This record gives sequence, C-alpha cells and structure tokens, in this order.
Amino acid sequence: MRQDIPVIVIGGYLGAGKTTLLNHLLRHADGRKIAILVNEFGDLPIDADLIEAKDDEMIAISGGCICCSFGSDMTAALIKLAQLDSAPDYVVIEASGVAMPGAVAASISFLDGFNLGGVVVLADSERIRAQAADEYLGDTMLRQISDADLIVQTKIDLISSDVVQDVRDWLGSANPKAQVVATAQGRLPPEVILGVEMVAGQPQASAHADAGYESRVFSEIPPCDPIKLAKSLATGAVGIIRAKGFVADQAGQNWLIQIVGERFDVTLAKAKEHIAVVCIGRKGALKTGAIGVMFAGDAD
Amino acid sequence: MPNTTIFSAKKIITMNPSRPEASHVAVRDGRILGVGSLEELATWGDYTLDTRFEDKVLMPGFVEGHAHAMEGSLWAKVYCGWFDRADPNGKLWMGVKSVDAVVERLQEAEAVLEDATTPLSGWQLDPIYMDNTTVTRADLDRVSTTRAVGVLHASGHIMNVNTKALELAGMLKQGLNHPGIPLGADGFPTGELKGPEVMTPVGPFVGYERNMLDADETGLRNFAKLCVRTGTTTITDLASRMDDDAVDVMLRVTNEPNYPVRLMPFRFFMGLSAKELIVAVLAFKKRSTDRLRLGQIKIVVDGSIQGFSARLRWPGYHNGAPNGLWYIAPEHLSELLHLALEAGLQVHTHTNGDQATQLVLEKLGPALQAHPNPDHRFTLQHCQLADAAQFRTAAKLGMCVNLFANHHFYWGDEHYALTVGPDRATRMNACRTALDSGMPMAIHSDAPVTPLGPLFTAWAAVNRITASGRVQGEEERIQVHEALWAITMGAAYTLHLDGEIGSIETGKKADFAVLEVDPTACDPMLLKDIGVWGTVQGGRIFPAASL
Repeated sequence: MRQDIPVIVIGGYLGAGKTTLLNHLLRHADGRKIAILVNEFGDLPIDADLIEAKDDEMIAISGGCICCSFGSDMTAALIKLAQLDSAPDYVVIEASGVAMPGAVAASISFLDGFNLGGVVVLADSERIRAQAADEYLGDTMLRQISDADLIVQTKIDLISSDVVQDVRDWLGSANPKAQVVATAQGRLPPEVILGVEMVAGQPQASAHADAGYESRVFSEIPPCDPIKLAKSLATGAVGIIRAKGFVADQAGQNWLIQIVGERFDVTLAKAKEHIAVVCIGRKGALKTGAIGVMFAGDAD
Repeated sequence: MPNTTIFSAKKIITMNPSRPEASHVAVRDGRILGVGSLEELATWGDYTLDTRFEDKVLMPGFVEGHAHAMEGSLWAKVYCGWFDRADPNGKLWMGVKSVDAVVERLQEAEAVLEDATTPLSGWQLDPIYMDNTTVTRADLDRVSTTRAVGVLHASGHIMNVNTKALELAGMLKQGLNHPGIPLGADGFPTGELKGPEVMTPVGPFVGYERNMLDADETGLRNFAKLCVRTGTTTITDLASRMDDDAVDVMLRVTNEPNYPVRLMPFRFFMGLSAKELIVAVLAFKKRSTDRLRLGQIKIVVDGSIQGFSARLRWPGYHNGAPNGLWYIAPEHLSELLHLALEAGLQVHTHTNGDQATQLVLEKLGPALQAHPNPDHRFTLQHCQLADAAQFRTAAKLGMCVNLFANHHFYWGDEHYALTVGPDRATRMNACRTALDSGMPMAIHSDAPVTPLGPLFTAWAAVNRITASGRVQGEEERIQVHEALWAITMGAAYTLHLDGEIGSIETGKKADFAVLEVDPTACDPMLLKDIGVWGTVQGGRIFPAASL
C-alpha cells in the first residue's frame, strides 16, 4: 500500500510571492516529484525555462514535476492525481488570493490517499499590515494568517531589518501558533515548505544550502507516549518548523510523527521502522538541548 | 409575397408607451409587422387572420434575466422541496412538509427503479422550513440500503446522502475532521455534506456529476418547457462553465426547429485568467445565433446572505456571524472590468451583500474613466442589500440592477429574524428605491433557487409578502405596471436586447406571453395565479398544453 501523499496548501494574497516561492521550490526539487495545483494557468506561475510540455490541463516540468489547473474543482483534480500511474511525492495547492487556506486544507482530510502536510501562508513584508487594515480585505487577510501552520514573511530584501522584525512580531502576534520564517526571492529550503524528505521510508536530515536553517536527527528515543511527545515538540516553543520520524510506544508499536508549526499528526506505522526523528528549524532558534530532553522523556 | 398573420386578442398590452394597448398584432417572418386595429394592419396587404387568442391577453414574451439552465436538468431527479412546484410537463408536485414525507416520496421513486444499483437523487430539500431538522443517513437508508441516495438542498451547497453513498465514496469511516462533515455519536459521518468540496467526492455516486452547472440536452429542452409554461421567451443561463462541448450542445439544441426560447448564457469567470477569459468570450460571441446569444461574462463577487457568505458592511450579520467570503480578489475584479470594457463585452456581477456591491461600484468608476463606454449596461445581479446611496451611484455609473424580488417570500422571515435583522430586511431588494434613483431595473427568480415564474416574481415585488404572510417593506413595493415593465423591457434592457424584444412594437421579434387574465386589471394579489396559455416565440406558436 502506498504512503499517503502529503498535501501542502499555500495561501496568501496576490503579490505575496507565491509564484516566486513555487518556482524556487521547483528549481530545488532535487528528485522530488512535486505536483502543483493552481486555479488557472493564466498568470502562469511556472518559469518558462522549467516547462517541458503543456496542454490545457497539465504542464510537465523538468525533473518529473507537474503543474495542473483545476478551475473551480480542486477535489476532482486531487482524485485524478491519486489515480495517476506515477503519483507525485508531494502535492502543493496554490490557494487563490482570497481563499481561506484552512478551508482548502480541511477538504484534504477526507480524501483517501492524501495527508495534509501543512498550511503555509505568505505575507508580503511591505504590504501585509496595510492589507490587514484594508476595509475590504482586512478580515480575509487576518483569517488567512490565522489558518497558517507556517507563515512565510516574504520580500525582506525590500525593507530595513527593523521593519522586518516589526512585521515578524506582528505576524507572530496575529497567529501565535505558527512558526514565522523570513525570506527574499522565495529562497527557502524545500523541506521547510514540503516537510522532511523520506528516502526508502526513512526521514532524511539534509545539508542545507541555505545557511539559515539546520536539520537535526534525534535517534536516542526511548519508548514513549507518541501523542504526548508530538504535542510537546509542536507546542513547546523549541523552534521546530518541521519534524518527521518514527518513535515506539511502550507496547513496542511504531508511530509516525509529523509536525509543522503547532500542527502535529501521529499515525500508526505500517511496519517496524528505524526509530529516529528529524527536526528542522532556523539556525540558532532550534533549541536542540530542550528537544533532546523531550525525546529522552524527561520533559515533565 | 411574404406571409402575414394577424392575431386578434382580447387585449394586447404592448409595453410600448407610444401605443400601450391594441387589439391586433401582425406578424411576418417571425417579427412584428405592426400593432393596432385590424383595419390599420390590413393596409400591409394580404394576411391570414388568426383568432385563437381572441379571448386571451397578449404581453411581450417575458424575459428572465437571472436563471440557470440546470433547473431543466434537476427535474430528472426527485423533487423534495417545501413549496408546490410545477415540473416541465406541467405536473404540480406538492411540497413535502416533513422528513418522513421526503423519505416517502423518495421511496415511491425508488420502487419503480429496476436496476438494483441505479443511484437515486433528489433536489430542493429545505430544512429551514422544518425547524432546521437535520436529515441523517438513517433517514435515507429507509429509502434504500443497496443503492446510493443523495438529496441536494435548495441552497445547492448542502447534500444529504445515505450510508451506501458514503460507503461507495470511501467516506464511511470514523475520525474525519472537517467542518463540512458532521459526525454522529458513533464517530461516523451523519450523511450531511456541507460545501461543494465535500459534495464532489460523493456526487458522482448519487447522480450529481461535477459539471452540474451545464445542462445536458434533455435539461435544456426541459428548461425551455418551463419557459413556455411561464410565458418566458428569452432567458439567461447565469452562469455556464461553457467549455466547447457545452457550447456545441447549446447550439445544437437551441437550433432545433421547435426550440421555443432564446437562451443567453453568461460565461462564469472562474477557471481562466482575466485575459484568457476575454479571448474565450470574444470567440464565443462570434458563434451567436438568434436563439443562442453568446458573449457575456458573469462574475461572482461574494456568497449568499442566508448562507452567511455574503460580504456585508457594518454592522454585519444580525446574529453576529463573521463576515462572508470574497470569491474574487479586488484586483482581479478590477482587471476584468477594465478588460471587458476595452473589449466591449458585457459583465454582470453577482453581489448579495452591500460591501460586495460597494466594491463593484468603486472598481467600475476608474475602469470607466480608463475605457469610457456610455452604454455598457453592466448589471448588479441580486444586489439585495444595496442602500439608496449605492443605487444613486450605480445609476450615475450607467449600471443596471436585477433585484432578487421574490426573495422576501422564500427567506424574508429568516432575514428579518436572523441574518440582517428587521431594519435591513425591510429594505432588501429595494425596487422602489432603485426605480426612484433612476436605475434601469429587472427582477428575477434565480431558478432553480426559486421557481421560474416572471409573474410570480412580479407579484412578489408588488406585494412583498413573506412565507409567513407578513408584508415586509411596504415602502419598497412597486406598482403592477412597473413590475410588468421589469419582467419585459427592464430585463431586456439589462441584456442589451431592448431594441429586439421586451415590447410588442413594429420591427421587434414576435415574442408573446399568452395570458388567460389581464394582469393590469386583476387584483394585484392574484398576479401569481394568472394562467399562462403558452407563448409565441419568433412567430412560432407554443401552447403549454401540447408540450
């Protein structure tokens, strides 16, 4: 039986940088087969040099990725994707600028073969606070931000570092449960957006080209209560942006833990797995000591 | 020598102010040769006198400016609505007043199905009138446990299904976590599915395919039959997804020699970028025929008031519900308005809430300055909560409005008590204010949301009676002649067709509604009960009795 395909929902208003982020992701897919779902091809989100072939509904992208337009029927497009012979490793849904990404994410939950891999909402550092105060858009922007597991603060190269920090603080207070990461030109490591990569069924720590992030593998994990552990990792303010891996409970059963922001997901593993969890965070913000204590079971 | 037929009638109400009434109308080549007395018309030369309408009243064929062709397709399914409603074949289906009655009606339909696995689908369920009773899969399991059963609500946004349907869709499991999938005490879904995204996976198993917006061939023919029965000779499909196949089907069906209605589909804005949409619609426009008018765009700006998804200005929803949803980003709306004006394409915008209406007004102003078009007739559709200032601005901008005038009857009591409160409920669909502000105005049914019926909509605008029998907003009532104008010339104007249809006047299409009673002479409370004999469309005669 195939693993559920992680689905990442990307939200944020027009101009927040979704297109730039997606193209960066495709350029650094690094063997991952990513399927990007967009409402429409119109303002084509994919850089022309990445495109290998195109028809009305699908664009083939170098490296085995695809981009599909779903018009007004996302569920039908996902069902179709799941039926492909060569199913993607990841699905990334670009929600429309006024859509509620949380509602899009909720509709993943009942689809067989898919698993929500997080809600990522982009906020334009220069404009988000004005947008949040806009008479027409304000409540929509705030609802989008509050739907996020991970907030990507974009375009930080266009403003001073003081303002970057101000906006970051504001985003953090608008949604205290989300992790906030800042970027220019969408240059984020793919595993921050997509989640920890699995190779041969095992989560992989990766060497980050971007020096701003680090991955740490924790493998000294005694049998534990998986849900309690996942919850403390996700909500314990230890700087985890994403985490994924296997732990064992007292009865010897193995569980897959997945974390993005404060969202965590614990599922029974289908077989015995190698016990280890990979955690990703910003360099300097990932509190490896505190995380180690949690894994050791001494948190309380 | 071309053939001329002169029809005599008890009375012809022309809606042409220069000659408001007549006794005879002459028709040649499907068009009106003249209106007047027999002696006057005889001056055109040889004619055949047709007296079949001698005891009838002729009006211009009614124009429905906001309906959906899917109404025709829905009648292939089981009617489960609260109100009595006539089907395309003229059979009156009595409203069902309880969950048991819904189940019973579905059981009757189930009993005549031969194959054991054919799905059974119903439509127009509206538990709002049954104290919001929740229908469960256990209720529908009483209809069948072997075939999938699904009933679509009147709103079109909620569906109830039975256990078999959930099972076929792979949704009969515990632990689902979605606001649109209520769970029972056992942790399994109750069978109620709220929202298009949760209905989609089940739809195909219960007879609701994903392209429900597009009517099939039979649906288009049934839609036309409903038109004949209600005196309608021109109708919109607002909106259609209009892929090439759908356009081919519409062209083929409307081109059938006895297709009795002129259809005007609007292309739904979603699924294409603004620029692509303009290109596509310009291409459709070239394929227009007399009976299929292509080349218009429909934009949906917000949701519905009773669904709490309409965008409201302060003070928002009366029950404190959060503001509704935008279905288009303001920049996207602005871009479309600019491009459509530039390309000379007409746009109708769905706005239910007053904030959505305000956004359209604010975006259209600058677009018009960039691309001046003094005769664009962009139309605010529904526009249910607009206030006087908005109507004045819209009039200045050259907009038209098509108000949802029968809404008070169906949901007026709900709006009063729950959604917007007494004050704003009273001014909803403010026909009087719109006309006094100088707005060209139509009124509509939004069929299948409410039944197609221009005379019923006119009755609603004139009397403003709610389902519980209260008059809601007596100051916003309009006169009978104004309501009749709205369902003929008013609607024709919003479609840029007022030079062709909407009145009985020399040169226009020979489109007539054939009525049993004079609507200008009867008690206004009886407008909705006026019998419709049928129609004449393009000079072709369509008696409802022989459909």
